[in-house]
Amino acid sequence: MIKTTIARKVAMALSGLFLILFLGQHFTINITSVFSDKMFNFLSHFMGNNPVVQFILQPVLIFGVVFHFIMGFILEIKNYKSRSVKYISFNGSANASWVSRNMIISGIVVLSFLGLHFYDFWVPEMNYKYVEFLPQDPDRYYEELVHKFHSPVRVAIYALSFIFLSLHLFHGFSSSFQSMGLNNKYSRGIKLFTVAFSLVIPAGFIFIAIFHHLNL
Amino acid sequence: MNLKLKIWRQANAEAKGEIVTYNISDVSPDMSFLEMMDMHNEQLIETGEDPVAFDHDCREGICGMCSMFINGEAHGPDRLVTTCQLHMRKFKDGDTITIEPFRADAFPVIKDLAVDRSAFDRIQQAGGFVSVNTSGNTQDANAIPIDKHDADKAFDAATCIGCGACVASCKNASAMLFVSAKVSQYSLLPQGKVEATDRVLNMVNQMDEEGFGNCTNTGACEVECPKGISLENIARMNREYMSASLKG
Amino acid sequence: MAKLDSKIPHGSLSEKWTNHKSNINLVSPANKRLIDVIVVGTGLAGASASATLAELGYNVKTFCFQDSPRRAHSIAAQGGINAAKNYQGDGDSTYRLFYDTIKGGDYRSRESNVYRLAEVSTNIIDQCVAQGVPFARDYGGLLDNRSFGGVLVSRTFYAKGQTGQQLLLGAYSAMNRQIGRGKIKMYNRHEMMDLVLVDGKARGIISRNLVNGKIERHSAHAVVIASGGYGNVFFLSTNAMGSNVSASWKIHKRGAHFANPCFTQIHPTCIPVSGEHQSKLTLMSESLRNDGRIWVPKKLEDVKAIRSGQLKATDIEEEDRDYYLERRYPAFGNLVPRDVASRAAKERCDAGFGVNKTGEAVYLDFAAAVSRYGKEQAHVKGLDENDTNLVKKLGQEVVRAKYGNLFQMYEKIVDQDPYEMPMMIYPAVHYTMGGVWVDYNLMTSIPGCYAIGEANFSDHGANRLGASALMQGLADGYFVLPYTIGDYLSDDIRTGPISTDSPEFEAAEKEVKDQLKGFINNNGKHSVDYYHKKLGKIMWDKCGMSRNEKGLKTAISDIKALREDFYKNVNVPGDLDEFNEQLAKAGRVADFLELGELFAKDALERTESCGGHFREESQTSEGEAMRDDKNFTFVSAWEYKGEPSNAKLHKEELKYEEIEVKTRSYK
Repeated sequence: MIKTTIARKVAMALSGLFLILFLGQHFTINITSVFSDKMFNFLSHFMGNNPVVQFILQPVLIFGVVFHFIMGFILEIKNYKSRSVKYISFNGSANASWVSRNMIISGIVVLSFLGLHFYDFWVPEMNYKYVEFLPQDPDRYYEELVHKFHSPVRVAIYALSFIFLSLHLFHGFSSSFQSMGLNNKYSRGIKLFTVAFSLVIPAGFIFIAIFHHLNL
Repeated sequence: MNLKLKIWRQANAEAKGEIVTYNISDVSPDMSFLEMMDMHNEQLIETGEDPVAFDHDCREGICGMCSMFINGEAHGPDRLVTTCQLHMRKFKDGDTITIEPFRADAFPVIKDLAVDRSAFDRIQQAGGFVSVNTSGNTQDANAIPIDKHDADKAFDAATCIGCGACVASCKNASAMLFVSAKVSQYSLLPQGKVEATDRVLNMVNQMDEEGFGNCTNTGACEVECPKGISLENIARMNREYMSASLKG
Repeated sequence: MAKLDSKIPHGSLSEKWTNHKSNINLVSPANKRLIDVIVVGTGLAGASASATLAELGYNVKTFCFQDSPRRAHSIAAQGGINAAKNYQGDGDSTYRLFYDTIKGGDYRSRESNVYRLAEVSTNIIDQCVAQGVPFARDYGGLLDNRSFGGVLVSRTFYAKGQTGQQLLLGAYSAMNRQIGRGKIKMYNRHEMMDLVLVDGKARGIISRNLVNGKIERHSAHAVVIASGGYGNVFFLSTNAMGSNVSASWKIHKRGAHFANPCFTQIHPTCIPVSGEHQSKLTLMSESLRNDGRIWVPKKLEDVKAIRSGQLKATDIEEEDRDYYLERRYPAFGNLVPRDVASRAAKERCDAGFGVNKTGEAVYLDFAAAVSRYGKEQAHVKGLDENDTNLVKKLGQEVVRAKYGNLFQMYEKIVDQDPYEMPMMIYPAVHYTMGGVWVDYNLMTSIPGCYAIGEANFSDHGANRLGASALMQGLADGYFVLPYTIGDYLSDDIRTGPISTDSPEFEAAEKEVKDQLKGFINNNGKHSVDYYHKKLGKIMWDKCGMSRNEKGLKTAISDIKALREDFYKNVNVPGDLDEFNEQLAKAGRVADFLELGELFAKDALERTESCGGHFREESQTSEGEAMRDDKNFTFVSAWEYKGEPSNAKLHKEELKYEEIEVKTRSYK
């Protein structure tokens, strides 16, 4: 089924949209940390211990992420190979935006960040829960969060990564609708929403990081 | 005008090519780009050098044969034109112009700037037609009314000249715009709908076999297309393809 | 060669084709599989014939010199295609289309062929719609028509300004279907170099693979030439750069008669030559003359000022303009037929009134139309009709809607805004009515060799009407040749495959190779284009829009001398076994250099004026063309005798049974 170009393209779009949904949900939880540590702790604890989230949604999400980037690499390699002799002069900016042409770059940055992010949060979390079987502590999440944003270097990396995520979304979001065959009078609306989404959400994440760094 | 031309020279498909630099003087701004190339070739012949091979035929922007990649863009810097319609007034005295063939592994170079685009023909042969006999004993042309909007959209898709600028401009060397234009034309018309399922599956399969890259929606093809074929056609083909795949 | 036998079937005109189809021999489906047919050329005629022949069951081999069959120059036709559908209910009929075509051809075409053309025209539209050709439609979803080329009904079907493209892509798709099924073997980038005759019958061709230079032999039971017209003998024409006469000329040299070579159509609305570097001319649809007024200045000093750039066209006062078509032809004005409009432009320019640097351009002015439409719009919208700027703006919008793509094309080429400044136009060679002589079955005077589309001579007489070329190409290819060819091939069902090892193939291949080697080893001093341009100049000056005895005689000797010089001094770079455009061009120009001479000889022989052929010796006191029906109601079919100058004339008398021969007048 996902052998042909179009099937792969649609699969990329679907997995991308799924990740966008997840991003929205992640953001919603994170932003509560700005208003209420209690709320944040409550939600984090729920997400971290609900069996449906942990054993069904989490694997799906991981599969989604892994699929999206592996397929992304496969396609990029195929695309690279379809023109083995390169142009001496290629004026790509004349007809397409930088972001649309460099999804692989923004994607790799986001992927590297994901590595860091897993190392920062997910690995300790897994370790806490499933390796060392430490006792449940429904109030630890907020403290851990604030602690992680103590380092200015980490905040800077975090901010930079979200800028690249923004670029990735900027093309990826509306483009996934085109891939799924939607290009009509609503496309303008989708494009506008894409612009808003890809600015607001990453900016929001950066805001949260800076907020906690400054310990406001 | 005096110009410096950096032209890709390659003796044949197997040979290794390289950029060769030439100077050309007395270029008139009223010349078309290909007339400038003619003049350059005349000079090469006079000095006993091998003229630059390039494809061209109608020289009025409709046959789709001319195919140069000029200063990093298919058919050069002007919009909605083929190379033969590009005029030298778009350049300035003293400019350096880099001229390369359309590049894609599915379009192997034949010589210098001429490439083999028969991959496009093979995609069409896989399904770019309506299976109706040419006996003339079909039903009357007015038997099925067609919504004017659909007819107009089908026409817009059908104006594709098969030049390959979409492939050449695409960073992935994808042929989606070309294939989708044909798929769209037929899927919009009642005559073509009958075999729409097989058509889109077969044409996409053939496209993949030819070794074109994947579409990543950069939109470069639409910008560089001399006939302004819209990305809407690609979306339509994606739809057609999905529903055809589901039908099996 | 045998006496000309046009094989026109008996019976009344309207029943000839039906009866003929019922009576000719057929080949059974099982036997068609045993028969090979070669088609050279993939324009409307070649592509449609290949597709239909393959569909009927023949094994077809199709050749084109371009990189894909879709590039053939039929693709450039803009205006439309005629068909006697009478969808508009304006009194059109098969007879009326037939009548208009004969009259438009100035009574020099074959009645029975033209009637058949009109008869099958309606099938073409049905066929193309079934194939998915996106013709223009109205809001009710039915096909739209427009009026064209001075006829009195609306019978032209169109697809914006790209009708030829859409029809060709339709025929190309039908071909693709057969290529996919393996019934057509397609040879792209192959040029036909010669025809091979075995026992007096066409049995194959020698071709050259343009990519690697390989000379190949291909055999078949019949050969169909669909390689288009020879307008490029003039070097500058609206034809594609590669359009050539070679396939037709090679069969002529092998025994096919060449008919009416001097009948050439010069189209009045083309973009003028801008300089020495010009490689081809661009046509703009004749529909522009519906709203444009053609003029030149009345005073020579104004002309001088315009040429030197001191005055602009818009600076010339109304009373100082000479609307010469309206002056000379008050009844038809700017809408006179193509040949008349072209000659009138030449007459003014020859008198020194041409308005561009080269002195070969006249104005086509839309200012009057803009103001007329603008006032109309202002009135409709209830706005001020005296507001000049408003009227201009509204009028330009109307003009843009009607001719936008043409205006844009003009601006791209000339770099002047035609909405503000009158267009400059000049006539250019466009179509050749003459071509290989064929009988009613479209067979040439060589058994088994056929010619269809623009390559043959039969349907347009001395002048072609607008939107008729597409009709003829498709009629020949889809509906005529595939049936008439069966009559001949029915004798070949037991022949079996034709061997390419025969001495005839051997000899033909050797001749081809020798000629090519001759070019490569010549080491001359001038490029092929140098000769082509020189030939073009002779043709244009002496055999162009008006011809006279002295000029034609000079042309004959000049062309002959040029040809000799060509063989001595042409310089063809590169090698035989590679992609070598110059070598391919050399072969084509060599054939043009022979055809040009025959062209001039034919024009010299025909001392009357008719259609596109204007002999200065045969005109009325007012300078109008004068036909000589008593002496020239015939087709000149030339038989090759070693040199163009030795060609032998055969006359096919033209008999008009259902039509009264009249004088054309547009006063």
